[in-house]
Amino acid sequence: MVEITNLYKKFGKNDVLNGIDLSIKEGGIFAVLGPNGSGKTTIIKTILGMVIPDRGSIKVFNTDVKNNSDYRHQIDYLPQIANFPSNLKVSELIKMIKDLRGKTDADQNLIEKFKLGPFLNKKLGTLSGGTKQKVNIVLTFMFNSPIIILDEPTTGLDPISLIRLKELIEVEKSKGKTILITSHIMSFVEEVADKIVFILEGKIYFKGSIAELKTKTKQQDFEHAIANILTENHA
Amino acid sequence: MLKILKYSFFDLMRSSWSYVYFAFYLLLGIVLLFLNNDLSKAVITLMNVIIVLVPLIGTIFGVMYYYNSKEFTELLLAQPLKRSSIFLGQYLGVAISLSMSLVLGLGLPFIAYGLFKSNAIWDFSLLLVVGVFLTFIFSALAFNIALSNENKIKGFGYSILMWLFLAIIYDGLFLMSLILFEDYPLDKVSLIGTMLNPIDLSRTLILLKLDISALLGYTGAVFKQFFGTSFGLIISFLALTIWVVLPILRIVFKSKKKDF
Amino acid sequence: MKIQLSILLFFISICFTTAQTVTVCKDGCDFKSIQTAVDSSKSGDRIFIKAGLYNESNIIIYKKSLHINGEEGTIIDTQNNGYGFSVEATDIVIKNLTIKNIEVSYTKEFAAILLFKSYDFVIENITVENAFFGFLIQKSKDGLVHNNVISGEGKAEADSGNAIHLWHCENVNITNNDVRRMRDGIYLEFGSNAYISDNYSTENMRYGLHFMFSNNNTYENNIFEANGAGVAVMFSKKIKMYNNIFKKNWGTASYGILLKEINDAELKHNIFEDNTIGINADGTNRITYTENTFKNNGYAIKVHGACYDNIYSKNNFLYNSFDLSYSGNLNSNKFENNYWSNYTGYDLDKNGIGDIPYRPVKLFSYLVNRTPESIVLLRSLFIDIIDFSEKVSPVFTPENLIDNQPLMKQVKW
Repeated sequence: MVEITNLYKKFGKNDVLNGIDLSIKEGGIFAVLGPNGSGKTTIIKTILGMVIPDRGSIKVFNTDVKNNSDYRHQIDYLPQIANFPSNLKVSELIKMIKDLRGKTDADQNLIEKFKLGPFLNKKLGTLSGGTKQKVNIVLTFMFNSPIIILDEPTTGLDPISLIRLKELIEVEKSKGKTILITSHIMSFVEEVADKIVFILEGKIYFKGSIAELKTKTKQQDFEHAIANILTENHA
Repeated sequence: MLKILKYSFFDLMRSSWSYVYFAFYLLLGIVLLFLNNDLSKAVITLMNVIIVLVPLIGTIFGVMYYYNSKEFTELLLAQPLKRSSIFLGQYLGVAISLSMSLVLGLGLPFIAYGLFKSNAIWDFSLLLVVGVFLTFIFSALAFNIALSNENKIKGFGYSILMWLFLAIIYDGLFLMSLILFEDYPLDKVSLIGTMLNPIDLSRTLILLKLDISALLGYTGAVFKQFFGTSFGLIISFLALTIWVVLPILRIVFKSKKKDF
Repeated sequence: MKIQLSILLFFISICFTTAQTVTVCKDGCDFKSIQTAVDSSKSGDRIFIKAGLYNESNIIIYKKSLHINGEEGTIIDTQNNGYGFSVEATDIVIKNLTIKNIEVSYTKEFAAILLFKSYDFVIENITVENAFFGFLIQKSKDGLVHNNVISGEGKAEADSGNAIHLWHCENVNITNNDVRRMRDGIYLEFGSNAYISDNYSTENMRYGLHFMFSNNNTYENNIFEANGAGVAVMFSKKIKMYNNIFKKNWGTASYGILLKEINDAELKHNIFEDNTIGINADGTNRITYTENTFKNNGYAIKVHGACYDNIYSKNNFLYNSFDLSYSGNLNSNKFENNYWSNYTGYDLDKNGIGDIPYRPVKLFSYLVNRTPESIVLLRSLFIDIIDFSEKVSPVFTPENLIDNQPLMKQVKW
């Protein structure tokens, strides 16, 4: 479904991606992990076409993403920081995205799930961070695309909403979709992820299941396993 | 693109700045016409305002809108939309809403004054057309600067500098070089110099209407052909169109390469 | 007065000399040609030319007082051969004719009507088409040139002549004529006491009206439009110019009025509109410019050197690209009580006069004189800024060239 080969990207003098090869062929939940500035968001953005790689190619369902925009019909994306045009009302934003992407009825359900009803007529500029993130989630999940990319989905969510989010992810996974997640909350990752893609200094350091990671690092605990990678490589 | 244009346009139409801009021109038109009661003088004053203020406002608005709608842009970038449509849509949204404020703001008082019965209508329409051109040019230039500068402050700084350069400094350098090389035939050079600055170009277009008597006092054959026939008008409009098209092409080009 | 007197004399003479009227036409009249009619007539006779085309030229009237009158539709075609009429006579009247196709010559001044040493003449209702010269009037006195239409088809100054050309004439009234596409519309050389009014002079290659060495003349209520220059007054004294309209005189050497070496003239109630230069003054003394309106000109007034004691007062300067261009010192010329549309001052004591003086000369007009191409920067913000700084502290413009009492409202007259 997603095929990344030999991807390079520099920001100024900063090498962010240093030859990434990543192939995701099956459904399931993939957690993209790595320390700050390791290039997680950059990889996601290159898949979405927001960042243009210096070298290498990305194929989504066998179409090259370069100078193409139609493939994004196959992707639902939840951006990291939910900043929206502050002049718009929530209902208008939802209407607008529907207008841009196509029809869907799933939004009603999601609005109910995240109790957004009272906010529909409020302007986005007046909402709290958490509420914005809920709107963000609604916008992402209201389309039924085979690939879902979630960049820090848990930011600002209250426990109930977090549970709702996990439920949502499980439902989508059960439909056989591919879901890419980045997160700093290790417990969340451990709970939902099928596979880990660990990125370090612009390269894929590890790809595999959590169990495999634990064996490789000889740690019992997931969080320690991650920490282990970091300390060993920085020592 | 039309959808983006629609959303950008309505977004701007709802922002208070459009109203301020509109109200400013409305007030200006009313003051010029009803307190002064002299249509010819009003047109001259208006010309000064248009060739100085319209570029400034177009520039500031363009840069401001670009930086302020960054989130909106990023939201759109993840959607199945072409990049060029996103940026052109936003640019056109800004340019059209600014032009509308200008045309309505100045047009209403003039219509109320009885413009249609006056023969100043052509001068006035030309002013508005030039104003609209300048709005399109300078908001496109502002978008270019903003696209090339992630840093908001820098982007603002460069835009204001660009305006300052084109509105004042350029003419100073222009005049100095004309005086410096006054022993050489300069009529072609001076016309080319005019073409290279959209503000000068617009000014020339208006001069062709307001000051044709003075312009025809000069001997050069090139001047005579340029100012004395419709040649000047056609060339000036062509050049203005190029001034709109080039920055827009760069928006398309630059936006394709840019990372977000 | 003199004309009326002459007409009276004319009638008296008819009574005493049994004057008769002869007719000219192709068939069935007294004569078939105008020349034979003239030759067969005696002083005081009337010749009536019936409608028709007469291919005649160089019709000579010598020392005979005749009254020649055409029927409507009478056309004399000189077929590019010399003069139409060549006259040396007193009490001569030529009326109601069309004369066309006057020969173009580079050595002789062929005209539709040549008057030489003629007194008490009337030329009225004559249409001259394809003229080289229209009326050439030399060493003549006490005449009336009224209600004629003269037009040429010359392409350059060299192959066209003047519509009404007076040389060494006195007391001639030139009224209600329409002159166009000639070299000069009306030209006076060594002419005095001429009264020129209600003429329309347009599309002439050189001047709409031209005075040379001609003193004590008056012209008023004329319209001069789109000529090389509206009016040129040169080497003349005591010319009165009232209520004329000068417009659309466009071009490198185009003026509403060109004043060169003239003294003691008076300009009042004239309108200058859309001219490259409204008034171009060079070597003028003791001229008063009062209550004229200058509107939308490139320059309202351009003053060159050697001008003394000229007074500009109560004029309206409206939306000119430049109000004034001035060479040299102020030289006891005065600008006072004018209305300047570019004036930005205020009138706190409400006496109708601006509280701060107005400087009509801009720095930019100096720059344009020096480097003409810089005209393309007209109305630029940068130019406004340097003009403003020059206004605050004059360096290049004469410091005392000021209208100390600019009016707040347009002068009405």
